[in-house]
Amino acid sequence: MSPFPLPLDAMFGHAGAYFVYMLIGFAFGYVLEISGFAISTKLAAQFYFKDMTVLKVMFTAIIVAMVLIFLATGLGLLDYNLIWVNPTYLWPGIVGGLIMGVGFIVGGFCPGTSLVSAATFKIDGIFFAVGGLFGIFLFGETVQSFEAFWNSSYFGRLTLMDWLGLPTGVVVIGVVLMALFMFWGGEQLERIFGGQPQPQRSWGRRAGVATLLAGALLVALIGQPTTQDKWVRLAPEKEALLSARDVQIHPGELLASLADDQLNVILLDVRDEADYNLFHLRRARHLSLDKVTATIPDLQLEAGANTVYVVMSNDERAATEAWKLLVAESVPNVYILEGGINNWLTVFGHDDPTVQPTPTPPGNEPLQFIFASAVGDRHSAADPDAHHYELEYTPKIKLELKRGASGGGCG
Amino acid sequence: MTTAVVEEPKRRGWRAVLLGRAEKPYVNPYVGGALLGVVLFLSFFLTGNGLGASGGLNRYVVYLQDLLAPEHVDRVAYLLKMAGGDKNPLDDYLVFMTLGTLLGGFVSGWQHGRLKFETNKGPQISVRTRWLMAFVGGAIMGYGARFARGCTSGQALSGGAVLSAGSWAFMFAVFGGGYALAYFVRRLWN
Repeated sequence: MSPFPLPLDAMFGHAGAYFVYMLIGFAFGYVLEISGFAISTKLAAQFYFKDMTVLKVMFTAIIVAMVLIFLATGLGLLDYNLIWVNPTYLWPGIVGGLIMGVGFIVGGFCPGTSLVSAATFKIDGIFFAVGGLFGIFLFGETVQSFEAFWNSSYFGRLTLMDWLGLPTGVVVIGVVLMALFMFWGGEQLERIFGGQPQPQRSWGRRAGVATLLAGALLVALIGQPTTQDKWVRLAPEKEALLSARDVQIHPGELLASLADDQLNVILLDVRDEADYNLFHLRRARHLSLDKVTATIPDLQLEAGANTVYVVMSNDERAATEAWKLLVAESVPNVYILEGGINNWLTVFGHDDPTVQPTPTPPGNEPLQFIFASAVGDRHSAADPDAHHYELEYTPKIKLELKRGASGGGCG
Repeated sequence: MTTAVVEEPKRRGWRAVLLGRAEKPYVNPYVGGALLGVVLFLSFFLTGNGLGASGGLNRYVVYLQDLLAPEHVDRVAYLLKMAGGDKNPLDDYLVFMTLGTLLGGFVSGWQHGRLKFETNKGPQISVRTRWLMAFVGGAIMGYGARFARGCTSGQALSGGAVLSAGSWAFMFAVFGGGYALAYFVRRLWN
């Protein structure tokens, strides 16, 4: 498993983790200040092409961080699944962005820079920060009146790679080239509108450009690990769990977990659609095996500290395949229904005489019961009453301590 | 008769310690950007989260609201998520990151002699107008940042670096909004 991001809570405790965040915040504030971001006139000059510091600092930061991040994920040091990628709410994002652009040019800051400005005693920065708090308060009070729009055009964890259909390396190179072009354009604009001298060619500048381009090329050359690569890396550790049967939960444990208000159990049924239509557990989602990988970003977004995923097939074969894919992509708390749907029906279906076990069913991993019609979840065994059953089993679900992203920079 | 004049060393008050350092120039923007990029990378690398500012501020606001009107907080879904029941809105990493940002800005400002009570403004407007505009702009910005689920740091910078499609659309919208209005408010800055 990729060692980063670190399980901060497990390593340093709750308070210790917050201390790490404070140190990161400290570095953030420090760097903003040394770049001149505490001065509103310097920030606003960006919009009159006189001083393109904002553009230069922002895009340099983005491309440097991007190259380092995708080198780290490419080398298997960092798990891209565990870092926060802002989910896309396209239109609310664009409208909010336009509003912020207006706030920027009227007020002269953005929230982060106003903090640094206020911290260095700039009075306009203090007014801006207080205004910002007021705006945030207003938003909390009015969001109810346009909640539908605010939650619209949701695309989940959509990346530029998904959107463009290009490999990560190509997108990284493209973004670096675009930023370099913008720096060149920005310097021309500064010369024309701000009367600033043409910057001299220096070795430092050449080295910077060369390093960035080389980094981006390296990202493309290394590539990003596939689900299969990730599984191969994890296999020794995780195969042991499978063979020790540490992750196959008894139907009784699943039933008890479903009835447990403290857990959010998500059922993933990976059988073919015909079997799913014949019979499935209530609230089980149908997810065919070939779609598992594509669904992982959405599952990651759903994963809370108390979310448990249970995969099931007729016996355990397909479910185990799905389990491997999910585990390889770092979905937390994934379990397999022991003995699958067949075992479930053996335990909970016996009081319905119309459901007959078939002795020698044909095919690969078949459903061993015959239903008179496709009942879906309209069957007593699809949602048994937990209070009616006293089943003996060894509980196996242990919630993992959550690692990695916890809701993004502005949650 | 002679009286010995004891030369007392010049005591420097807190004002001198805080505000008296010689002002140093800012770093080259590309160097500043590269350092910011490294900080942003370390944030993702160590914690899985990017940088943020408005989310922390948000939680300070909700904390105050929860102190003053807890029943109201319990009725609004958006606030409920952060402060419903016995949830403490300050129990969040962003609150500490924001605190760190303030400290970092302050320390750098002190170290480089840039702590100064001053109002930066364009030459054609009064200090009071600048204050008013800063407040109004801040309110618009705060509102927009929550609307877009993130500010320049949390969306544009952090989402941009991990190549979130929505964050890139957002980033161009911010610059678009600024540039579209810049001409009409040019008196504020020029």
